[in-house]
Amino acid sequence: MKSGKFWAWVVFIVGAAYFFIPLMATVEFSLRMRRGVHSFDAYQIVLGDARFQSTFLYSVIAAIFTIILGILIVVPAAYWIRLRLPQLRPIVEFITLLPLVIPAIVIVFGYIRMYGSNSPLPFLGSNMGANALLVIGYATLSLPYMYRAVDTGLRTIDVRTLTEAAQILGAGWSTIIGRVILPNVLIAVLSGAFLTFAIVIGEFTMASLLNRPAFGPYLQNIGANRAYEPAALAIIAFAITWGCMSLIQILSRFAPKSANRPN
Amino acid sequence: MTDLTLSNQSLATRPAPPNEATAFRLPTQWIGVAPFFIFALMFLILPTIYLVVGAFQTGDGRFTLDNILQLVSDPSISASYWVSIKISFWSSIIGAFAGLAIAIAIVRGGLPSWTRSATLTFSGVASNFAGLPLAFAFLATLGRVGIVTTLLRDVLNINIYAMGFNFLTTSGLIAVYLFFQIPLMVVIIVPAIDGLKKEWGEAAATLGATQSQYWRMVVIPVIWPSFLGTVILLFANAFGAIATAYAFAGPALNIVPIKLYSQINGDVLHNPQLGYAIAFGMIVITGLANVFYIWFRTRSERWLK
Repeated sequence: MKSGKFWAWVVFIVGAAYFFIPLMATVEFSLRMRRGVHSFDAYQIVLGDARFQSTFLYSVIAAIFTIILGILIVVPAAYWIRLRLPQLRPIVEFITLLPLVIPAIVIVFGYIRMYGSNSPLPFLGSNMGANALLVIGYATLSLPYMYRAVDTGLRTIDVRTLTEAAQILGAGWSTIIGRVILPNVLIAVLSGAFLTFAIVIGEFTMASLLNRPAFGPYLQNIGANRAYEPAALAIIAFAITWGCMSLIQILSRFAPKSANRPN
Repeated sequence: MTDLTLSNQSLATRPAPPNEATAFRLPTQWIGVAPFFIFALMFLILPTIYLVVGAFQTGDGRFTLDNILQLVSDPSISASYWVSIKISFWSSIIGAFAGLAIAIAIVRGGLPSWTRSATLTFSGVASNFAGLPLAFAFLATLGRVGIVTTLLRDVLNINIYAMGFNFLTTSGLIAVYLFFQIPLMVVIIVPAIDGLKKEWGEAAATLGATQSQYWRMVVIPVIWPSFLGTVILLFANAFGAIATAYAFAGPALNIVPIKLYSQINGDVLHNPQLGYAIAFGMIVITGLANVFYIWFRTRSERWLK
């Protein structure tokens, strides 16, 4: 057992080194812009860049719409499958896994060919339509995470009893979903939402191919033309992702313990 | 008792009092899942089918196999498939073993509990930290003026670039891809290792098994289906990844996603039919991987309940 613990430490430390050296190096590199001394010049330039602000704002707004769209699609479906149509579960699980398997670039290529300006549904004929299509694409990419998060949340509450109790008290379907089910799975939905946010913020392929002024294409552009700013941007992006993940961790601590398995 | 009657199946399927609403029973059954299925059909399934069908058509809609044959006959396209498969294969195999080792170390290695939560949080971050920021991080580390590069050169007098190191080689990209492959493996495999019941170890010990017998005859047979399943998921993950590689080399790098990207943007050859065929090839490869994944998953779920 003693040697087991030794090797466990070796594995842990080697792994930690592999992951931390590039991060430390990036931090150090991002501070090197002014010759000879460490400074926050690169961060100042990046944060002060008008294109940084506008593309970042664009991606944040896209992420918010993606989360709303994802909730509207996933929550009713996951709820209904638990309540009435458990036989559809394998099919829905299979569909929600597809975006992990079909590469994003293939999905967006399909959009470009199917929803071009000459098609019956010309999403790409207008700016707003293209924005909408980007949000739709992001919602597709986040399906696996959103569905799993919501389904896990629903597992911890007694969907059927809550629904019947609400119905006995005279609630309609929108009241049941909006005021009974959603508040109960809110924390699960939020953890799916933060994961979606982390995915959307730096996404490059879809935004670039749909020609949207998002943060990902901006990152690519800076990366190709500058030396120190990309490192600063990488640290900022990493901090955002880290923030999202920490929020998920904190939220999961507040998640209601299962009504069926009170442990 | 009340609980039993409330969750009674026949009551639940007929919740509304028998009024005029019963006429609409069929639509209400489907109304909750309809948005999901319409969305999935319009924005996931139909676009994919559109590309697959297009791969077998000429520009004016006649059936042909020329596009598919071009994947094989065009040496730069078949080479890009080969490079992508190699990168995905090795990064998923190495990533899977490294991730498994880390997962076993933090779950079973007797390390303090902070290592587990720190590793899991970090893995959640790093597996989503793919793309452009990842490329920037590696350029800052091992680029020509990167910190590790200059340290090696100034302190140890080793010039890794003179030794033939380059990000744009297959092995260079594998090393970078591992940065998101290993954490993804950790995230997926930790629950499987958690699922190994303590009683099995105790039972094995009671029956006189040695530690190596326990691993060989209990742990590995239980873990391997989910292990193989995850390897395949990692493969698909690497196969579709584009942003990191694009940040290193732009459109010049010869891997499949970048080939397709250039094809869509029209800055190499503008031939949508060939684009369909390239996309079809990607779907076939990741689709085959997924068939195996589902097969291994159903096998692993037999054990890990």
